[in-house]
Amino acid sequence: MLHHTVLRVVAKLLIPMILLFALYVQFHGDYSPGGGFQAGVIFAAGIILYALIFGLEDTMDALPPGVLKILSPLGVLIYAGVGVDTLLLGGNFLDYNFLAHEPTHGQHLGIFLVELGVGVTVFSTMLLLYYAFAGREPGQ
Amino acid sequence: MNLDLTIDVLLLAFMAVIAIAVVRMRDLFGIAMLFSVFSLLSAGVFTVMDAADVAFTEAAVGAGVSTILMLATLTRTAREEQPKRSRNPTLPLIVVFVTGALLVFGTSDLPRMGDASAPAHHHVAPRYIEDSEREIGIPNIVTSVLASYRGYDTLGETTVIFTAGVAVMALLGIRRRRRREEPGEED
Repeated sequence: MLHHTVLRVVAKLLIPMILLFALYVQFHGDYSPGGGFQAGVIFAAGIILYALIFGLEDTMDALPPGVLKILSPLGVLIYAGVGVDTLLLGGNFLDYNFLAHEPTHGQHLGIFLVELGVGVTVFSTMLLLYYAFAGREPGQ
Repeated sequence: MNLDLTIDVLLLAFMAVIAIAVVRMRDLFGIAMLFSVFSLLSAGVFTVMDAADVAFTEAAVGAGVSTILMLATLTRTAREEQPKRSRNPTLPLIVVFVTGALLVFGTSDLPRMGDASAPAHHHVAPRYIEDSEREIGIPNIVTSVLASYRGYDTLGETTVIFTAGVAVMALLGIRRRRRREEPGEED
């Protein structure tokens, strides 16, 4: 736990914006650069910044590793689940045209869900990696 | 002089300087930070090439998260690289020069950057550019390709990330540090 006032104040200002920007990148990926992968990394970076300034213990209390361990496979399941869903609806694996009555609507929905899956997995895995590396005493 | 070219040359020159500095340095903390700068510069190069999505990823992953992970790893090892007695450098130098010469020779066969007749621009790219608006209906073609046309590949990538996470969990695990609690001291 550090006591640098400037760092704390700046981080408190920046972290909400970083998280908001990650959500923007996630859900605006259809129209601007970005997508699930970048959004997941940025969101994880925001949380890691919090952990760097306010301590790992508090971060782990707010976002327990157990939750992240569920989120990490959940993203892959969302992604693959969309594929299975399109199979059940009569299309090929990951053929989003079948998700809605209008093919382009199906594509929109499919891409949205798939990017969400990517974002969830990337975010939780990046944070888990950070927890695993940073959670040890030096030289352990 | 062409502005793009000037920026390219500047960025690449900085990258070369940083690469040499990384090779010559012993301080691992400094090397990790230089790698971060290197990633940021290559993100700049990608931006000049109009590859905004790639630049985005490079800046977020290469300059951001991977640097943090590298620094976190540094806390578990030494801060300085051990000096190693170097053997006769002639043979490695020859190998490096020959490999480099072969690579430079190989590039002479590649199409020039932005060449419209390059094979890469005649395979599936025209179809993506012409039909993705109608077929997928979203303006960012990169997202269309990534999430829809090449959905399988992205599923594979996501699985790779998940697998990497599983591997680190299996090897390192997460240990919660004991909270150093002194009664009466509240933050």
